[in-house]
Amino acid sequence: MDLALAPETLARWQFGITTVYHFLFVPLTISLAALTAGLETAWVRTEKEKYLRATKFWGKLFLINIAMGVVTGIVQEFQFGMNWSDYSRFVGDVFGAPLAFEALIAFFFESTFIGLWIFGWDKLPKKIHLACIWMVSIGTLLSAYFILAANSWMQHPVGYRINEEKGRAELTDFWLVLTQNTTLNQVFHSFSAAFLTGGAFMVGIAAFHLLRKKHIPVMRTSLRLGLVTVAVGGLLTAVSGDTLGKVMYEQQPMKMAAAEALWDGEKPAPFSVFAYGDVDKGHNKVALEIPGLLSFLAHSDFESYVPGINDTNKALQEKFGPGDYKPIVPVAYWGFRWMIGFGMASLAIGLLGLWLTRKKFLLPAAWRTGEDEVPHLVLFRKPLRPRLTRLYWLVAVWTMAFPLIANSWGWIFTEMGRQPWVVYGLFQTRDAVSPGVSQAEVITSLIVFTTLYAILAVIEVKLLVKYVKAGPPELTEADLNPPTKIGGDSRDADKPMAFSY
Amino acid sequence: MELHDVWFVLIAVLWTGYFFLEGFDFGVGVLTKLLARNRPEKRVLINTIGPVWDGNEVWLLSAGGATFAAFPEWYATLFSGFYLPLLLILVCLIVRGVAFEYRVKRPEENWQRNWETAIFWTSLIPAFLWGVAFGNIVHGVKIDQEFNYAGGVLDLLNPYALLGGLVTLALFTFHGTVFVGLKTVGEIRERARKLALRVGPVTALLALAFLLWTQSDRGDGASLVAVIAAVASLVVALVAARARREGWAFALSGLTIVATVAMLFLTLFPNVMPSTLNPDWSLTVTNASSSPYTLKIMTWCAAIATPVVMVYQGWTYWVFRKRIGTQHIAETVH
Repeated sequence: MDLALAPETLARWQFGITTVYHFLFVPLTISLAALTAGLETAWVRTEKEKYLRATKFWGKLFLINIAMGVVTGIVQEFQFGMNWSDYSRFVGDVFGAPLAFEALIAFFFESTFIGLWIFGWDKLPKKIHLACIWMVSIGTLLSAYFILAANSWMQHPVGYRINEEKGRAELTDFWLVLTQNTTLNQVFHSFSAAFLTGGAFMVGIAAFHLLRKKHIPVMRTSLRLGLVTVAVGGLLTAVSGDTLGKVMYEQQPMKMAAAEALWDGEKPAPFSVFAYGDVDKGHNKVALEIPGLLSFLAHSDFESYVPGINDTNKALQEKFGPGDYKPIVPVAYWGFRWMIGFGMASLAIGLLGLWLTRKKFLLPAAWRTGEDEVPHLVLFRKPLRPRLTRLYWLVAVWTMAFPLIANSWGWIFTEMGRQPWVVYGLFQTRDAVSPGVSQAEVITSLIVFTTLYAILAVIEVKLLVKYVKAGPPELTEADLNPPTKIGGDSRDADKPMAFSY
Repeated sequence: MELHDVWFVLIAVLWTGYFFLEGFDFGVGVLTKLLARNRPEKRVLINTIGPVWDGNEVWLLSAGGATFAAFPEWYATLFSGFYLPLLLILVCLIVRGVAFEYRVKRPEENWQRNWETAIFWTSLIPAFLWGVAFGNIVHGVKIDQEFNYAGGVLDLLNPYALLGGLVTLALFTFHGTVFVGLKTVGEIRERARKLALRVGPVTALLALAFLLWTQSDRGDGASLVAVIAAVASLVVALVAARARREGWAFALSGLTIVATVAMLFLTLFPNVMPSTLNPDWSLTVTNASSSPYTLKIMTWCAAIATPVVMVYQGWTYWVFRKRIGTQHIAETVH
């Protein structure tokens, strides 16, 4: 069969498209849930109206986003069975458990409390209403944790034994699956990247309004919150990325060698800045390198040996039998670079913003601004000139997209870098597809999902733009006087609902 | 009772929860065309399920995830076998979820009307297809020695399964009408009652035919009790609806769903997916299940999580216990 249309290829494209698409929404959902919860907490504690307006504004964008995250997540729950039935048979005993935990614990949490939060403005006392959004936030975090534990098991299977008779992996230590270092590092890395994503989103939108001098009190607060989130999230992403990388050098040397297009092992090994090579012959034609840095990334010193693609391949052949154990090197190499490049660029722009908009620290008193003024962007002693100020706000707007690109490439790198394995060292992707599903069926679902997702993307982005432009809503009497009783105060019996579809 | 038997029951419980809860919200979706006369009424209907439909749908995800964990072979065979119908269900659930959340996000009438149409179709189609799917699961399909589905998509559209589809569609619609009767005030409440009295008898006949067919094929004493319970509670639900005892009507139509699902799982056991090609190739609770260790962990999880879920989901229904009518629907869109 034509390789491009082989069921394995099609199923992989489908998984890639649906999952990368799903993961555009996931990090935003995780971080915006927590940030919205933080803003609502500020409202409940201080009763400053700007916090309530901010909560409603970001909450709305969060809802537009989580709706897409939830519905595209439904596909994830079933497509292992649809396209990857042999995978499901082989791993279900291990891999199914975290998925079921995710549904039973996290999904119920998220989706029940999100309903209470959306419709509960005039039905719940404010502290209970606030508790609901925190529950949603906990739900999103738990959900991500369980699914990352499942994925980590595919990266580095632990706590299992192979049942030869049944031809499958069986769980022997669930706790180990939940707490192995791959899981903990992936969770740390994904969570911090999620907050980098949400922070950049907040900064970008706040910059959009501040550039136009609109909705200043709310956007000023949002800008600070966003910048701090970017800075903390971004720095933690870098730290966790480094530790996860070191774990991967131990567990999947091939992935990391491919990430560097390091064809032959070197001691000390250089970090590649740019490379262009001949994949078939197994060497680079052009390479720009920083000496010793790769050794440091892998083992925290500038001396040690890092194995290359060719030697790792040979080692794997000795261990697992004949075959080619390299992933698609250019994808791994560039995926790794786009991930780091876009992620760190957004961190840099965030750190710059945090400095430029500082409130008092080393800021001449003349340039300090009040609550309802657009902050000056002060580099040292004087504000940036108007053109540069404008440029910074515009760059900040565009930076919204950077973490999304970084997240996507991060997953593409992680998953494609593990190939040809679907479960590293245990089970290959070509053995994982559904034997009973026809090529026509996979093509159908691939086309259907891709088309549907493309249409929904247009609708979603248009809605986001509309609500971003509309800015934070004006508060009503009802907003400022939440009910004191669960179910709403009886004086309101015939009043229109605060929120209705 | 061994753990895999416990899990057979738990999977049945999850599907029951799904059909009980999403059953009425599918029904309400169908009623947006059958019952509502104008846009405000449509909005009343949609708002009766607004805060809860998402939580209801998670029962499906839990059933899916739990099947994966407890019966990987069942999960693999079922979802790869019923590929295209499942694809259609997934597309419907995606569009439906977006429709609920995005419908009021723009004021244009066209925009809202399109999403309302989407809600109708994406409620109706899965309500029908789940019945078709369960008809096929209970009846058995062509499963080969490797546990792979060997039939085509047309094999799934056999008369028995199609009747099953009509039963779930009718049952969920009926369940929806009594739910609307329970959750609304004003004229629409009265019309919901009248519609329930018309849909109910049709549902009863369809359910009776389907359940007796099932019973005569592979029923036993226990399943017969379930058949009687299902039909009797449906009839009493009708009586209650007539007498304007809406709470009872809803509880009893829910009981019909519980008894129907129980009947199907009773006739299925100890199979989970029988093979019509060779009984030895049937998936059973023993050959499709996970290892005892996994089942034990899952049992702990389900035993703790499920009651907690029921408590806080129940609390949600209590928070939104007030009936709503057109007067509660604000003119302006938020």
